[in-house]
Amino acid sequence: MSDRTAVTDQARRPRPRRIGLWCALAVLIGLVLYAFAVPLFVDHDTRIVDYTIAGVAPSADHPLGTDPAGRDLFIRVALGLRLSLTIALIVAVASTVLGTAVGVIAGFVGGAVDQVLMRTSDTVNALPHLILSLVIVAMFRGSVPAIIVALVLSHWVTTARIIRAQTLSMRNSEVIASAWLSGMGRGQIIRHHLVPAALGQALISVLLLVPHAVWHESTFSFLGIGLPPHEPSLGTLLSDAEGGLLLGQWWLLVFPGGALIAAVLAVGVAGRALTARITGAEVRWPRNVARKPGPSGPG
Amino acid sequence: MPADTGRRRISAVPRIVGRRLLLLAPITLVVTVGVFWLASLSPLDPLDAYMSGQSAALTDEQRGELRRTLGLDRSWWSAWWDWLRATLGGDLGRSMSYRQSVSTVIGDRLPWTLVLSVSGLVLALIISVCLGLWAALAPGSLADRAIGVLATVLAAVPPFVLGMGVIAVFALGLGLFPTGGLTDPGEGVAAGSLLRHLALPTVVFALSQVPWLILGLRETVIRTLSEDAVLFARLRGIPRRTIVVGHVLPVAAPPFIALTATRLPELIAGSVIVEAVFAWPGIGAAMVQAAQRLDLDLLCFLTVASTAAVLLCTLLADVLYVLLDPRVDTDV
Repeated sequence: MSDRTAVTDQARRPRPRRIGLWCALAVLIGLVLYAFAVPLFVDHDTRIVDYTIAGVAPSADHPLGTDPAGRDLFIRVALGLRLSLTIALIVAVASTVLGTAVGVIAGFVGGAVDQVLMRTSDTVNALPHLILSLVIVAMFRGSVPAIIVALVLSHWVTTARIIRAQTLSMRNSEVIASAWLSGMGRGQIIRHHLVPAALGQALISVLLLVPHAVWHESTFSFLGIGLPPHEPSLGTLLSDAEGGLLLGQWWLLVFPGGALIAAVLAVGVAGRALTARITGAEVRWPRNVARKPGPSGPG
Repeated sequence: MPADTGRRRISAVPRIVGRRLLLLAPITLVVTVGVFWLASLSPLDPLDAYMSGQSAALTDEQRGELRRTLGLDRSWWSAWWDWLRATLGGDLGRSMSYRQSVSTVIGDRLPWTLVLSVSGLVLALIISVCLGLWAALAPGSLADRAIGVLATVLAAVPPFVLGMGVIAVFALGLGLFPTGGLTDPGEGVAAGSLLRHLALPTVVFALSQVPWLILGLRETVIRTLSEDAVLFARLRGIPRRTIVVGHVLPVAAPPFIALTATRLPELIAGSVIVEAVFAWPGIGAAMVQAAQRLDLDLLCFLTVASTAAVLLCTLLADVLYVLLDPRVDTDV
């Protein structure tokens, strides 16, 4: 503790912190363009196989190589990214809407309703969510709605808790008091005051849930219970890699895996930067906690 | 802190445990009902799964016969009720996909899952304590930032991608380790070979858990370092090493232990993925097979068992937390 004291840390000029965010956004925009533009320009039937060009290494004709059924990986990674990101976005938005609704109602109505909702969320939170969504997805194999429902049911809890805490702190504020006095009803207060106040947190929650959902969907598909093998998602593409690696077909792992990691990282970094902006709190890898004057409590 | 506080905290433990156990039974019961109900809604035919997709070759009569033998002709609630009675009576049923009794499947596989997850957890703890402390004791330094980047990147890599990458490099590329399984083909279980087969899955397992542990430990240690007690110790001229070992670690340890315990459910999920990638003959692989083949008896038991295991782990976390950290309210 002797040399790295509060004084030297404070004297250090604040580092430019935006580089990470801009890189993340650039990567994200690039990936989204690739995923949504490529399928527009090529005519590709995901079911057509051509074993004469199965497992071809990256070349001019096939920049990312081909898969064990002779399908071009450049197109399939784009399609997979598109499907995975779309599913993830639906899951993130739906979980956030559910979580926000539960949080606002629990926080505002209080009493028995709050008790029931919060005990339910405790229970959901306590369950092993990968295992349970695995069961749901397995029962309706290959169904996209089943994947979405399974993931939404297990991912609304954190949002609900954060929004409930925020609503609780607003409930007794002067804003709400004057809304009551001006004759607004419960529904109006929820619509005009509490939900708009929750939107910032909701946006954060969407961004933080997207990587999570990509991760889960690809896991299901990789385990062979998510999407059917011909339907390209990042998970199904990666499940091809398992056999491909034994034949030395590294591109089957590197390109879909790279796209997956890049997308998850980019959304994650952007999400944390946005969180820092909206809440003012440093959620990224915190560099300056020790600098805070005195014990600020566990926050 | 009054002297009797410790005793009062210990006496609070049975109350916490009792209350949680009361909750545990209904939750697991609801989970079992849910699994059977979902299975009845499923468009997949368990008979077809049993015959590996060949059930079309059977006559209607044979099918009806087979359905009766396998107990597939009952309504879902009577199937559930029969299952529940049998399970409570100690008969876990038969796994359709392994064609063994469920208790044999579990008994054969549980030890290997425990070997993998315990060694993975131990490695994860070693890595995260070293890196977390290193980062926390020099916040803002190059090492701290490098560890931060490492944790962020690791958190973004799904374990199955990491697993395949590790297989590609260390097993297929360099040939240092086997690609998977418990032993080499046609060979009995031996310690040396087991260790070689265990190495890669353990590393992947550990690395997939490490980011959150590092981050958690780093934050707790940094927060502790900024407390008045530490400042006072520095004012008294106590050497830095003594402060870290004697003042900071005892305060930072309970939250870290609790964090580790809350990550235990992830270990179960992690074992599913890691076992699938490395063809490790454990419970996780059985779970995947049960899900793929719609093996209801096995799937239901594993789901219930892992739910109960997770609930017990969180209970353990809370009890440890109450016992270790006098700042925590016993009224959890």
